[in-house]
Amino acid sequence: MNWRKWLLISIVVGYMGMLIIAPLGAIVFGAFREGLPAMLEALQHPHVLRSFGLTIIICLVVVAIHGIFGTLVAWVLVRHQFMGKALINRLLDLPFAMSPVIVGFTLIVLFGRNGVLKPLTEAMGWQIAFALPGMILATLFVTLPFMIRELMPVLEAFGRKQEEAAATLGASGWQTFRLVTFPALRWAFLYGLGLTCARALGEFGAVLVISGGIQGRTETATVYIFRALDDRQYAGAYSAALLLGAISLVLVLVIDVFHRRSQKSIEHRA
Amino acid sequence: MTTQTIERTTPRLPWGRWSIRGAALTYLAVFLVLPLIVVVVDGLGAGVESITSIISSPIARHAIWLTIWTGLVMALINAVMGLLTAFVLVRYEFPGKTLLNAVVDLPFAIPTLVTGVMLVILYGPQAAIGSWLDQQLGWKVIFAPSGIILALLFTSFPFVVRSVQPVLINLDRSSEEAAATLGAPAWQIFWRVTLPALLPALVSGTLLSFARAIGEFGAIVVVAGNIPLRSQTAAIYVYGEIESGSQRDASAMSLVMLAIALGTMTLVDWLSRRRQEVQP
Repeated sequence: MNWRKWLLISIVVGYMGMLIIAPLGAIVFGAFREGLPAMLEALQHPHVLRSFGLTIIICLVVVAIHGIFGTLVAWVLVRHQFMGKALINRLLDLPFAMSPVIVGFTLIVLFGRNGVLKPLTEAMGWQIAFALPGMILATLFVTLPFMIRELMPVLEAFGRKQEEAAATLGASGWQTFRLVTFPALRWAFLYGLGLTCARALGEFGAVLVISGGIQGRTETATVYIFRALDDRQYAGAYSAALLLGAISLVLVLVIDVFHRRSQKSIEHRA
Repeated sequence: MTTQTIERTTPRLPWGRWSIRGAALTYLAVFLVLPLIVVVVDGLGAGVESITSIISSPIARHAIWLTIWTGLVMALINAVMGLLTAFVLVRYEFPGKTLLNAVVDLPFAIPTLVTGVMLVILYGPQAAIGSWLDQQLGWKVIFAPSGIILALLFTSFPFVVRSVQPVLINLDRSSEEAAATLGAPAWQIFWRVTLPALLPALVSGTLLSFARAIGEFGAIVVVAGNIPLRSQTAAIYVYGEIESGSQRDASAMSLVMLAIALGTMTLVDWLSRRRQEVQP
């Protein structure tokens, strides 16, 4: 019995070590190979700074939009009754089946050189493809479900009793939401924001296609890494990849705390 | 009918309710349904012959086939190793278990492109492991199907583990104990009693990882490069066609990929519904 247990444990540890830990070690090794000063210098390249700045801007805008509209959608899908609700619920996983490259491609079809909506955007003087708005749109598409999927179960578990009590006491709909419902959602809300942000930081395929990857102008962190690798600027590519990976990892560790609190509040009510 | 009484006591303006619903549905329509409609309309707009022509082009056909078979191999390995990992994490106590459990989620936390970079550093021709595998065993990882499978295994590792684990935790062990009392050997208990109970979760986790693999781009593109007829997957093919301006082929391939991924997810959905109907 005992030998079987340790055999199975060592197979799993060995597999995860080779599959997950070894590549993680490799990137730390790769980035530090030429020493810390070389790495810091590579990270101070204007293209690197600009690309990380762009990634952060996109991330903030996307988080703000999904934070507001995602909450609204979760609210409507849980609290309102209407036809087609079940269908929408099942469609929510659609972005999951859609390759990021295809998402980028649909934006090219709409806003690219011969885009369907090109005459309209041109008349308005908007530059969408190969510019920041297109990159924000692409990231919005791939990060859609996170916020909604996090909030819906918590809203359902919270139930309506307290909202009804507040309404009976004369609170307006907005007051009820702000003072009663939202405080119950806050950990799930923060966790949803964090997941959206983590996914936005790492988005690559959709942004690459719609941005056109113009050096130093429309490059996000991931697009920069891709181009630097292609140009054999290994120091820059590896250092930027390590930094981006580290940021994502820390973010995910931090929001895990929110996730636990949110789970606890669901269990508490169940 | 509590809702109705509430609505009578608080004079909530119906237009407020409608505008909230309208805003939510518009947002969903734009970000959820629009890309799907664009792909389908654009793909079918060029006519059915564009799809048949893409299937008959050797490069495109190779890309589709490569995407499917590497996805299937990944799904198979992932099913076995994911099941084993979940089993070890639930049934055994050992030092470092909490840490191991946390490592399972790492692939979801790392951007897929960074995953690709990691694998290139580890297995690339300049790296010690990569050159050793190439020279001693003649086994190329980078720019080859094995690299694609490895990248897919990394990105989709959590799917099966996290799908099987909760079922295994909640599994009633009395049937296993009964089988043990009757003298059944351990592997037979696992094969006859435990595995059937885990099968639905195992199958849906595996299929989801396959659906996800069809569209994977970031992790694969650096590892596989873009070599037609050798390491070019469907997603990389679409990217190449967009870059070279042949939108028609890009849209036909997108439609094929979407059909495979959506078909797989519909199957998952159907299986889980059927399960719920059998055991309400």
